[in-house]
Amino acid sequence: MAYMHIGKDFVPPDVNGKVTGRIKYAEDYTREGMVYARLLTSPIPHARVVNIDASEALAMDGVFGLLTADDVYPDGEPQSTGLKVLTNEPTLVGEPILALAAIDEKTAETAISKISVTFERLPFVLDPLDSLAEGGPDAYNGGNTYVFRQGFASEKWSADQVASFRAGNEPTAEPQQTFAYGDLDAALAESAFVYESAFTTAGYPHQSMEPRSAMAYWENGKLYLHGTSQSLSALADGMASIVGVPQEDFVFINEATGGGFGQRARANSIPSMAIPAKLSQKINRPVMMRVTRDEETAIGGARQGFQGWIKCGFKADGTMAAADLYIISDNGGKGGGGDAYSAADCISILYQTEAVRFRGTSIGSNTGHRGAQRGPGQNQIAAIIAPILDKAAEELGIDRLKIRQINTPQNGDIGGASRTPFTSAYMPEALKMGAEQFNLEERMARSRKRNGSKVTGIGIGQGYHNAGRSGMDGIVRLTADGRLKVHNGVGNLGTYSYASTSRAAAEVLQMPWERVDIVTGRTDRNLPITSPQDGSNSIFTNTRTNYGAAMDLLGKMKEIAAMELGGDAADYDIGDERVFKAAAPSEGMTFAEIAQKGISLGGKFTGESDLPEELNDFTKISVSRLAGDSLMGIYHDAPHNNNPPGFTVTFTEIEMDVETGKYDIVDMVTIGDCGTVVHPQGLKNQLVGGAVWGIGLAGYERHLYDPQNGLPASTGYWQSKIPTMMDTPAKIKTGWVDLPDPENPVGARGIGEPAMGAVAAALASAISDSLEGHLFNAAPVTADMIINHVAGVTSEAVPLAQNNFRG
Amino acid sequence: MNLNLTRRRFIKGVIASGAAATTTGVWVAANGAARPAGAVERMIRININGQVRTVDVAPQETLASTLRYKLGLTGTKLGCNRGECGACTVLVDDVSTYACSVLTHSVKNGRIETVEGLESADGTLHPVQQAFVEELSPQCGYCTPGQIMAAVALLRENPNPTREEARQGLSGNICRCGSYDSYLDGVMRAAQIG
Repeated sequence: MAYMHIGKDFVPPDVNGKVTGRIKYAEDYTREGMVYARLLTSPIPHARVVNIDASEALAMDGVFGLLTADDVYPDGEPQSTGLKVLTNEPTLVGEPILALAAIDEKTAETAISKISVTFERLPFVLDPLDSLAEGGPDAYNGGNTYVFRQGFASEKWSADQVASFRAGNEPTAEPQQTFAYGDLDAALAESAFVYESAFTTAGYPHQSMEPRSAMAYWENGKLYLHGTSQSLSALADGMASIVGVPQEDFVFINEATGGGFGQRARANSIPSMAIPAKLSQKINRPVMMRVTRDEETAIGGARQGFQGWIKCGFKADGTMAAADLYIISDNGGKGGGGDAYSAADCISILYQTEAVRFRGTSIGSNTGHRGAQRGPGQNQIAAIIAPILDKAAEELGIDRLKIRQINTPQNGDIGGASRTPFTSAYMPEALKMGAEQFNLEERMARSRKRNGSKVTGIGIGQGYHNAGRSGMDGIVRLTADGRLKVHNGVGNLGTYSYASTSRAAAEVLQMPWERVDIVTGRTDRNLPITSPQDGSNSIFTNTRTNYGAAMDLLGKMKEIAAMELGGDAADYDIGDERVFKAAAPSEGMTFAEIAQKGISLGGKFTGESDLPEELNDFTKISVSRLAGDSLMGIYHDAPHNNNPPGFTVTFTEIEMDVETGKYDIVDMVTIGDCGTVVHPQGLKNQLVGGAVWGIGLAGYERHLYDPQNGLPASTGYWQSKIPTMMDTPAKIKTGWVDLPDPENPVGARGIGEPAMGAVAAALASAISDSLEGHLFNAAPVTADMIINHVAGVTSEAVPLAQNNFRG
Repeated sequence: MNLNLTRRRFIKGVIASGAAATTTGVWVAANGAARPAGAVERMIRININGQVRTVDVAPQETLASTLRYKLGLTGTKLGCNRGECGACTVLVDDVSTYACSVLTHSVKNGRIETVEGLESADGTLHPVQQAFVEELSPQCGYCTPGQIMAAVALLRENPNPTREEARQGLSGNICRCGSYDSYLDGVMRAAQIG
């Protein structure tokens, strides 16, 4: 289909501000009379605050006030594992206990040093399996796990059960969560090759570039909060209730966000922004709270680590007949997540496994706050399963690409725990395209070839994430000057989806891009509610809403033209910013004339009546403020039923130095299947960005803690070892299938998360290939682990260790 | 940028000169309320983006603090404030420098350039900025000013770098979005634009 905007590159309106430094992040703002907040955070991993003596601090010149958990939660802290604004019951090092405001940061720091906090030290635990063992410490005050709608609980296994699991055996304890389909026993019995092993994947922090600094002030009863968010209106919706202010009195300002990756999607994952809001309310001054890198690491979120066991069965023809998983997921000191469930779901979908059983239990540890991180669950397991597929191929005498093609999801398939059909699926096309671009056949000839200390490894990986939601709203307006305003509540975290999804509206109205204004950046610009910008869903979800709103506007424009010029609305067409009779194009009205007429008519044309019944409350507030001064298109997106998948495949060649355990990525090709491509440059950025994240997951990133005192060791960029430019290839080749999805009006689906999983999988596959097919059953596979393997050192210091070096 | 000046040598040099400000991760106060005995002159004149600015600088104040909180040049970003990420990269006498890890007093006689100084008065973007727009190099944009300043330094030293040389030149700048490939595309395009 020939589009005017879809599939074409454009310059998003915020790029100029990014290259000139003019665009503002939360910490770049100032306000007259602004004072500065600093945090006192927990120095120990698990404690109870017994007493706070701030008298000396509060008596200092230049100190304006203090905020504690008692101020925030006068009726007591919520009893859950969720991250709190402030707490008297810290369960991780770095958790904020109190905030103090002063004339400047130095005074605030000095005053904080004069505050005496008495902590009751409580037992702490860093490895979930240590907590799971009978008699082991619990990470939380009420136990070591949190059961939804039931509260804290203590989950314990016998010492023998834990030891058996650490030894690599199938866990025998009752799990918290399960799903299953198919006849697992029969599928395993039919299998010609069965692989069984324990495995680990590491948790590690998000480390967004922008610390979660925030500035707040109150004016005329309204709260103005400059913050950071990957979901502008969705996060604002939740943040208003955390602060305790009516939505109509809350203005969230967020022009740009320095990275999100899951931890800035929802208000409850970044409640610290309520600190300057509450403190400002208390002392009646604007408050800036700058967050340090250490603080960001502590409360900025982290991926869940896995301690798992997997058993996979393959038939002689290569079909994956069975997958059986048991996963202990690390809930950290705060938060949690559904990563383990999603991991099993991902295997079911990526390999169309005939029988799957998942068993999982989430256990806390006094380590960093856990929550959704790019492809939560799917991407960890991608790095574990890829070498297993290679092993099965080798054992069954099947080509490594072929075994993936045999098991590939495709159009018409169903998948996952819910057995939901795909909206569309073009993984076979992606595999074929990637293999051709990578020249796989020729490269396979180099597999495992040694040159001095260097060995070539070839890897193939696949990634998946469900990539689209529905049920959200859209608002577009045509103003009296004939310009199109697209109100967009999608956050600006660097995907440019706030702009690319707006182009669906421009497409409907065939509007030149320079005549379109995207209205975003702060909620008092009256935005519709959107889904949180996570789960790779924005492009699917918000092209639906913007397209729908533009269609509503178009219908009203044609109706107005028919009222003015005669005939039925169906007789009219649009083009060149005019509405005209299809049979007599010279008879028509300009968009500006249509808008002016609509404004004079009022009522449904200007948002004053006949709103969609299901419109969300957040959107209703925005519409009520906008009503009357422009011709409006308003839309509520009805829920869709099927699963819009995002798929990627990656092929890579590495050169492994078996003397150092380090490897160079010689080449990498990564292909996306995300329906119709809306914004090629944006898609390329998601693919290469996901690739860098995949490189980190496969080889470098992990939480490390001092086992004696529970202090975090990986508190910054270098200790976390996020990939630098030198860890990534000089060129990552990208491509896309570009076939439309039928359940999206412009054919689009999301891609951000699987872009990471496929690369992590491909690298794990290549590392294994370079070492004669050895399986580490771990992510990351670090240089230490590789050297130990080559040297024949097979025992780890602590099998299945979490949050610690692996010996 | 002097390609012989590796990141490691740079950091070692900063430490040896006593210019490292803080490793605690706490932002250094910009007000300078407390003045230690024997402190240096507070009101100094520094050349920033071709303009001589007079500014009150505390003895322990980092260049990043002066730029952001005294002069309003917020294009220079603080990602870590301890010499890890490069988001605060500026040029001092054409050498890319982490503004978080150098004291303002130690560079007061230098020629300092920030991202705000690259654009022409008529709004024409610097070739590196223009190339980064055309290649859509930034994602979240937080590291972008630092990446741009590192690229400007590289291209002054080596106007026609290979992709590998560009990779080395920007290796002191972290991008958590992982936009390295697009930044390198931007540098190579900028070299073509000249």
